[in-house]
Amino acid sequence: MSNFFNKSDLTRQDADKIVSETLNNCDDGELYLEESKSESILLDDNKIKSSNYSSDLGFGFRAISNEVVAYSYSNEISKDSLKNSSENLKSTLKSIKGTYNHEIPNSNKKFYKDINPIEQKTLDSKLEVLNKVNDFLRKKDGSVKQVTASFAGEQKSIEIIRSGGEVLTDVRPLIRFNVSVMLEKNGRKETGVYGIGGRQSYDDYLKNDNWKNVCEEAFRIASVNLESKPAPAGEMKVVLGPGWPAILIHEAIGHGLEGDFNRKKTSAFHDLMGEKVASEGVTIVDDGTIDNRRGSLTIDDEGTPTERTVLIENGILKNFMQDRHNARLMNTRSTGSGRRENYRHIVLPRMRNTMMLSGNQTQDEMIKSVDKGIFAVSFGGGQVDITSGKFVFNCTEAYEINNGKIGSPIKGATLIGDGPSILKEVSMVGNDMMLDPGIGTCGKAGQGVPVGVAQPSILIDKMTVGGTKL
Amino acid sequence: MVKDQEFLKSKASYCLDLAKKMGATDASVTVGHSISETVNFRNKSLEASDRSDGLALSIETYLGKRRSSISSSNLLDENIKTLIEKCFETTKITPEDEFNSLPDKNLLAKQISSLNLYDETRFENDKKIKYLKDLEESASSDNQIINTESSFTENKSNFILANSDGFCDGYKTSSFAASCVTVAKDENSMERDYEFSSKRHLSDIKQATDLGNKAAKQTIRKLSPKKIGSEKISIIFDKRISKGMLSAFASAISASAIARGTSFLKDKINQQVFANSINVIDKPDIIKGMGSQNFDSEGVNSNTLQLIEDGILKNYLVDTYNGKKLNLKSNGRSGGTTNLYFEKGNISYEDLMKKNSRSLYITETIGHGSNLVTGDYSVGATGFLVEYGEFKYPVNEITIAGNFKDMFKNIILANDLEFEYSVNSPTMMIEGMTVAGK
Repeated sequence: MSNFFNKSDLTRQDADKIVSETLNNCDDGELYLEESKSESILLDDNKIKSSNYSSDLGFGFRAISNEVVAYSYSNEISKDSLKNSSENLKSTLKSIKGTYNHEIPNSNKKFYKDINPIEQKTLDSKLEVLNKVNDFLRKKDGSVKQVTASFAGEQKSIEIIRSGGEVLTDVRPLIRFNVSVMLEKNGRKETGVYGIGGRQSYDDYLKNDNWKNVCEEAFRIASVNLESKPAPAGEMKVVLGPGWPAILIHEAIGHGLEGDFNRKKTSAFHDLMGEKVASEGVTIVDDGTIDNRRGSLTIDDEGTPTERTVLIENGILKNFMQDRHNARLMNTRSTGSGRRENYRHIVLPRMRNTMMLSGNQTQDEMIKSVDKGIFAVSFGGGQVDITSGKFVFNCTEAYEINNGKIGSPIKGATLIGDGPSILKEVSMVGNDMMLDPGIGTCGKAGQGVPVGVAQPSILIDKMTVGGTKL
Repeated sequence: MVKDQEFLKSKASYCLDLAKKMGATDASVTVGHSISETVNFRNKSLEASDRSDGLALSIETYLGKRRSSISSSNLLDENIKTLIEKCFETTKITPEDEFNSLPDKNLLAKQISSLNLYDETRFENDKKIKYLKDLEESASSDNQIINTESSFTENKSNFILANSDGFCDGYKTSSFAASCVTVAKDENSMERDYEFSSKRHLSDIKQATDLGNKAAKQTIRKLSPKKIGSEKISIIFDKRISKGMLSAFASAISASAIARGTSFLKDKINQQVFANSINVIDKPDIIKGMGSQNFDSEGVNSNTLQLIEDGILKNYLVDTYNGKKLNLKSNGRSGGTTNLYFEKGNISYEDLMKKNSRSLYITETIGHGSNLVTGDYSVGATGFLVEYGEFKYPVNEITIAGNFKDMFKNIILANDLEFEYSVNSPTMMIEGMTVAGK
């Protein structure tokens, strides 16, 4: 745990006093202190290309009254700096008075350990793994022309001080191990990427030579793509594999159910609460409480314990994801979804681990039911236009389906759909729900935060596939 | 006030001295300070204010051909000392890489000319509020507009780059940016669009009312879109999308992608990659330019580069490390392009619109559908169907796809180039792409 008050002339008593005095006439707000240590080590082109270590320290001071949020941050933790921020907040909110809400739920549950993953594995042994990855893949097949492998590790300590002196803390470890391989055969080049990670130590993910499985998977994806044909263009049936393809749920539904867009009525979902937005059998939750997952949080960045929030239950829209600010303005409670990339950014309602729960059909049944369509196994990334509801994501491994059988692999194509209607097109939900391998980062308003997704195989009756073959 | 050169220089030389004292054979350090203030409005009232004040330090230490780096926002001497020790310890056990080195001394920038990148004007938050009030007043004048959000950001930055070969320089920059996002609604749909203006000098920012009007107009015309069928059709890219083609091109010719062999433009130097009417230029010394710089992120002097001449690829974007791998001298592009643009074409916007009886005009794309290894391109798109030069109706929920190799050779540019951003393109037409829709 970081001690933020032995670094300069700022004492805890000073900080308490400035916070309480600044937030006295406001509806909400807090002082957020953060210290993070992070490393990234990259092997590329047969060499250790970079090894970087960073340390970051700073505070963000927030005051909210009515609908107005005033925010000020600095990476100098000192009495003067905090006073300057306080003056800045007061000048924005000078004419708006509020009543501070002291209420914040408490919980003793923790979803990961207070470890520093960077210190738990020596640099030498990290370099050794990266070199092994490089040798393993290059020896594996002559078509391997490029190998990139990386470690990224972080420990983030946060402390939230609220008006009245309430203090909430969390220490968050996070690691990621990633392998990318490029193959070249008969003049064609294709890449395959795979990674794993979460909130445990590197060795928890790498035990039993698990790095080999990561290499094999990256190699397999690239090999499949070497044989790929142009993707079809037009509307057709799409079977999504389990796990990571749930970024469809994240893009199509998740963002549209974040509190801010609904309070502002700019989300295509804002007037659909309680309505049927998905086929029967479709249940979607956003869960911050799964042990050691990338998107899990013991408390969110406002200090609220996280929870398992049911968003859609059996097709019916039940809840939005809320931070304190949007919850207050919408007369509801925070769902522990208030997140920020770091102290430089304001809190926004964000997803944690977004999951579609299992149904009772099999992937086999889905494939067999399709005359002409595609089977999408893995995706690169996605994006959504919240207002029109249109969303896209890019296939990195997909196959055509002809007459109930999986056919040739197809080239990376973008799939496009309409968020509010896509879940009504889900006609089968599989019994094979799977979590993603721990690699997702979600971007919103220029802020990236780690997230997770999960889903079973699903069959979507109609989606537009953005290939080149008419 | 943003920290002055003297303060940053003293921190930089403290770092270099310390690294040398510990035994580093070379070192380089960047120290920067940036202050920015943003005011946000929504539906004609104040929504948020945001002030940021950030110091940043990054150091690379070398031991012969070994290198590693650290970065931090904590500039207390005590912390810097701990970090440099850690950095140097890491350097010692990092394997050698024969291409690691500081840039060639002869290539370092020697004379810094003023590019007028800093405007010291303080635009107080009260003035930002007045600007945003005017902007949203005009943005919401049509009753189909149901939500407006806008912001004004003022930024002042200063930095020093120093290395153990004696390079030590830096300069102040400023930027002012206003943006507006509007949401319009009718009985069939809800749509969003935007407009923004970003400049080095306050006086060059677009008028608040113009910006608001334009955002609203662009949003309203998107209402009640239709989905079209899947077909091959010629596509016209609005300027705000056509410049993205240049960004993809720039990523594909970075020395790093070329050296790693992960670019579809590898080994294409001196070959035809664009239609022969196309010229692409990267010009670092545009006065007040958003991408202008005196030297790159390694201190190397950057001159104007003709990247494409009559359709032929003439230069890569070269930094020191990847340059050594490719046996090329750095051309001052560590950190990428500066002010990148297509030279204007010789057909007017109106004539380009009328060139085909039927075409698709794209105003927005979504998704990360550019594969720079294969050149494959597939993105979600929004736009308008154009018939005989006229917008017929808005179109959405479609994708457009092709391969850059073919697309680049089929580009036709209008003559409406303007220097608004750090990447600029005229309106563009590409024939032979596939639209996937119904």
